[in-house]
Amino acid sequence: MSMLAQLVVTGVLVGSVYSLVAVGLTLVWGLMDIINFAHGDFMMISMYTVFWLYALLKWDPLVSLPIAAFVAGMIGLLTYKLVIKRVLNAPGLMALLATFGLSLFIRNLAQFLWSPNYRFVGESILSGKRLIISDVIVGLPQLVAALGSIGMTLAVALFIKKTKFGKAIQATAQSREIAELMGVDTEKVYMFTFALSGICVGVAGTLLSGIFPVYPESGAMYGLLAFVIVALGGFGNIWGAFYAGIMIGLAETIGGFYLGTQFKYAIAFLIYLLVLQFRPKGLFGW
Amino acid sequence: MKKTPLLVILALLLILPLVVEDVNFQHVMLMMLIFAGLGEAWNIITGFAGQTSFGHAAFFGIGAYTSTVLFYKFNVSPWIGMILGALFAGIVAFLVSYPCFRLKGHYFAIATLAVAEIIKQLFVSWDYVEGATGISIPVVPDSFWAMQFHRSKIPYVLIAYGLFVFVLFVAVAIERNKMGYYLKAIRESHEAAEALGINTARYKLLAMIVSSMLTALFGTLYAQYILYIDPFMVFGLDVSMKIVLLTVLGGLGSVYGPIIGAAILIPLSEYTRTLLGGTGKGIDLMIYGILIVIVVVFEPRGILGLLRKRSRRRLNYGKSNA
Repeated sequence: MSMLAQLVVTGVLVGSVYSLVAVGLTLVWGLMDIINFAHGDFMMISMYTVFWLYALLKWDPLVSLPIAAFVAGMIGLLTYKLVIKRVLNAPGLMALLATFGLSLFIRNLAQFLWSPNYRFVGESILSGKRLIISDVIVGLPQLVAALGSIGMTLAVALFIKKTKFGKAIQATAQSREIAELMGVDTEKVYMFTFALSGICVGVAGTLLSGIFPVYPESGAMYGLLAFVIVALGGFGNIWGAFYAGIMIGLAETIGGFYLGTQFKYAIAFLIYLLVLQFRPKGLFGW
Repeated sequence: MKKTPLLVILALLLILPLVVEDVNFQHVMLMMLIFAGLGEAWNIITGFAGQTSFGHAAFFGIGAYTSTVLFYKFNVSPWIGMILGALFAGIVAFLVSYPCFRLKGHYFAIATLAVAEIIKQLFVSWDYVEGATGISIPVVPDSFWAMQFHRSKIPYVLIAYGLFVFVLFVAVAIERNKMGYYLKAIRESHEAAEALGINTARYKLLAMIVSSMLTALFGTLYAQYILYIDPFMVFGLDVSMKIVLLTVLGGLGSVYGPIIGAAILIPLSEYTRTLLGGTGKGIDLMIYGILIVIVVVFEPRGILGLLRKRSRRRLNYGKSNA
């Protein structure tokens, strides 16, 4: 029983970070109908930012958080300005093609500059500390990563729902033309949303850098899982992405424990196929 | 559709590798033929029928693994393996189509990606096929029966050419037949196609099965050419995406698209790799990646779109500006 409790707790912790990565992806996907293949690589860049601030200046990951988030946000913004903007009106899969090329570029640039070696953010205020609640062990870095991710998701959701700019994003997602007629600067909306997407994944990367090794491919699996999570939750739906992320985290941890960890991602993909049989537009899609 | 340009391209594709004796060039032509063929096969389900598949590596890998395992374990000729591989791919396509075709648009695309990833994971953990280690195909002296040629790349090129022409023929036949019109109707509007009495489920399934079987053929050839396969190499998302990329770049839904796309992307990737890949620092892929971005940014309609625009402009020349 305590084993199951442990697995559930671990699954939720892992899943919350998945959620934040997916929230970043779903923002862009829902707004512009663009699949950003480089999303996971934005995360990798933020992890490297944290690593270098740690290695060179001895900064704690939590201190580097705003900087890493800013860097990832800027990359998002630049991606929009330099690439996405020009392919917005192109047929179907062109934007996908561009982001795929970008992903290859970023990943191999990282490999070129910093080698494919695994690097670790060895010490931080949180590292090695843990909470023990009856039988369940919770690592402090994992707990902070999960709480930070949930907090950030909540902040983004509130921002979209409550603020004027958030409403402009919603309006643009529904119809660009009509939003423009209502005086929304849709160009600004697109640019800002891409930056916000980068910030989300940047925060996620920072929170993970104390837990996972930093290397050029470290964002790849997160990016891939984020696609599935976004679709599982329903495109463009922030809370959908959140619950779907938790669900995938749980499926991966519990399924991986009982069936073998080598199958944990296969189980996550299987969950997607199964759930979509009953909800063909995702959990919260319509 | 006019036949002449296609015939000229086909003649060129055959003559070039035979005339030019440079081995690197022959290698590039071979990869081009393989990937152009894969693009044509993928085009049937995505270009014609509008159902985006991000999981064609699954069928490519099944083709590669079927012939390889049969040859490696039972000494069965890869030619027989190729046909069986295509059959297996067709069966898998049939099985996964039912759950996948319930979904539409991006939900379908992600489902195909999920299927391919699941199959990859299964092969990684499947000891009978050597799991993640992969299989080195036993090297035998040059033989048609064993589909191995070590003295020259020309036999491989000819096989690739034969497969490519076959796939092209199937694609053109589908496009010109009732089925092609049905698929395009489904692409344009699923509901309208159904209202017209098209059995959308049956035709999408048929397109998927044909596309997957054709894809598997190239898997076998690829395995026989490289003489080594592992799950990441043949089932990886990279393979699926390469097929998507070159077809989209060339022009989706046209039989010329994959040829043009492969003619651009494959030399780009192969030559950057031979020129810069040796450093092991990823410079080749870096350049490849940024070049893809540049091409897309400057020509977002695809190469075929560019050509069409030019010819239309020529046609309109002299007419009023209205």
